Formats: sequence, C-alpha cells, structure tokens
Amino acid sequence: MSTDRRAFLTLAGGCALALAGRAARQALAAPQSSPAQSRRWAMVIDAQKCLQQEGCRKCVQACHQAHNVPAPAEPRHEVKWIWKEAFEHAFPSEAGEHLRESLRGNPVLVFCNHCDQPPCVRVCPTQATWKRAEDGLVMMDWHRCIGCRYCVAACPYGSRSFNWVDPRPHLASLNAEYPTRTKGVVEKCTFCEERLEQGRPPACVEACPKKALVFGDLRDPASEVRRLLRARYTLRRKPELGTQPQIYYIV
Amino acid sequence: MRDQPIIFAGLALFLGLITFPFWFNLARGQTARGPDIQRPGAQLQCAAPTDYMRTSHMELLIQWRDQVVRRNLRRVTAFNGKVFTASLTNTCLAQCHTNKAQFCDRCHNYSGVGTPYCWDCHNEPRAARASLAPAFTDLGSQP
Repeated sequence: MSTDRRAFLTLAGGCALALAGRAARQALAAPQSSPAQSRRWAMVIDAQKCLQQEGCRKCVQACHQAHNVPAPAEPRHEVKWIWKEAFEHAFPSEAGEHLRESLRGNPVLVFCNHCDQPPCVRVCPTQATWKRAEDGLVMMDWHRCIGCRYCVAACPYGSRSFNWVDPRPHLASLNAEYPTRTKGVVEKCTFCEERLEQGRPPACVEACPKKALVFGDLRDPASEVRRLLRARYTLRRKPELGTQPQIYYIV
Repeated sequence: MRDQPIIFAGLALFLGLITFPFWFNLARGQTARGPDIQRPGAQLQCAAPTDYMRTSHMELLIQWRDQVVRRNLRRVTAFNGKVFTASLTNTCLAQCHTNKAQFCDRCHNYSGVGTPYCWDCHNEPRAARASLAPAFTDLGSQP
C-alpha cells in the first residue's frame, strides 16, 4: 500500500486535532476553582474598635516578638510584619479632600493582605514565595529567598521588608522556637501559619484587648468573618489593582 | 665508608622530620580516636537508625525542611513507627540532643565541616533561653 503526501498529512493532522481536542475538553471540564482549597483564611479589622485603645501596640509587639522581627536603629533598615499606617496612606483612593475628619490621620493596622492574586508571587524568580493551595496563604520559604527584592517592589502594600543587616543583634528578645532570618532575606507576615497548624489564632488576633481583629475561614458561611462581612460594610486596600486582598476593614 | 656517620645522621634526621606529626600529636595528647560526643539517653529513639543519622542526617533534615515549609506536612513517621514533629529546634534539639555544643559541634569540628548555615537562622533552645531568660515567660510554652 502506498501513501501519497496529501493522505499522510491529512491523517497526521487529524490525529493531532483529535489529541488536542481531548486535552481541551478535559481542561474545560475541570472546575474553575481548585477543589483542593478547603479553607480560605482572611481577617476583618474593626478600625473603630482598634482606635478605642489609643496608642496600643500589643498586636505589633506580640507578632514581632513571636517571629523574631528585628528592630534595627536605622529607619532605612526597618523590618516590619504588622504596623500602623495613617488612614489616607493605607487607603489612598478613599482619601479625597473631603475625607471625613474623624478618619484623617487615624492609624490603621496594616500587614500582608494574603492576596488572591499576589503580585509578589508572580515576580519571585525562585518560588521562594508562593500561594498555598489549601488555604490561600501567601507563604515564604526563607531558605530559598535570594534577596532580589522583586517582591518588595511588586507588593503594592509595602508589606515586605528586606534584611539589610544581620537581624540577630537587633532582637529585643528571642523566641527560640521560631527561627530568625539572615541578612539578605525578605520577610513578611505569614498569618502565623505555625500557630494555625496548632489550631491557634494568629498572635495579633490573640493579643488584641478590644477583639478588633477577627480571623476566620471565608469558605465557612457560619464563620465570624463571614458574619461580619454580611453585617457590615467593609473596605479593602487598593482593590482597584485587582490583587484581591483578603484583609477587610470596617471603618 | 667514610661518609657513614653523615649518612646515618641524615637518615635519623629525615625519619625524625617525617614522623614529626605523630610525635607532635602524641606530645599534645591527641589521638586518632573519634570525638567524644554527648549522646542522648539510650531510651530515646531517633528518627532514623544511628548509622543513617551519622552519615546522612543532613539529608533527613533537608527532607523535613522541604516537607514542612513547602508542603505543610509537620508529622513524620520514623522507621520504627514513632511519630515526630519535624523540627530541628523544637524536636531534635529540645527533646534529645539538648547540648548542641557537645553533640553537633564536637563532631562537626572533628570532621572539619565547621558550622552549617542552619544556625544562621535556627536557634538552639537551651542556650537561647539561658541568655535571654526574661523573654520566655509566655513564649516558651509551645508544645
């Protein structure tokens, strides 16, 4: 049996089309969101409750102590996981000329937003930061960070800090159960994944005397965060950027 | 045979010089014996057999590291069925090898591998506590 060129090409093309069609059908039939994600951790912050306790830094101290976050003397070497920012800086798109006077200058707690579309993860060349499939946390692997600071540049919330100096001499106290970092590594809030693992809430949530920070699972309709999101109007930081931040603010 | 004394003196000098390291170490009291490490009690069970740990503990630690950090799997079942929490500081050092200086460091120094950079970030539980005792009132209570 002899095959001419036309017959051969037709057959080969037909086979390729059949294979591609099968792959496409499988891809289209797959569910849109990953079924592996059984949880979605998020936080709702009641800024008014937070303000009632003027000058309170208990959450910041608890977090920084638990995670060995250094406090170098030089401001340009600053490392922070959670801090207070003036309202108009945290929410620049809300801060017009006629912003309500009671909001202007008010300190708002800010930290990593654990975005659904994290730009830091997109730019990391070593996958030292990644979005955890099962609960949506934006994780960090300090073993793998090469200190390129692409993520620092990419994060629109300033949530990432670079260790310009060896952090160990700048620790007020050492929690030996948690590692420190080294010079040349980027760090940020991890939503206390080491505490979540033990079934405990993040350190800041536990430390807040006013219970202004509410932590929970967005996948659970009965959770406290979902209840608050149903009952109250909330803001997110810079939602126009499309990063889908998962920290919600009641102002 | 006129040069006999010179030849034998030279030979003696040569032998003396070439065996100098042996004499030197003998005089210093150093022997070829391995390092005198402080082992944990015999009733404690390690995560792997001793022979494996002696040669490949670093591989086990790297495996634990990747498992914990990248895949969030903190429970490891050892060869003997015992379940461990995979953690250098909070399991290995806190439960069994409580003296890093006399266990890890002695052997590392003896074999000339120095201090691996694990310790640039990971802490030794006891020494850290001893030097910064007041800070541990509420933080040292993790299981």
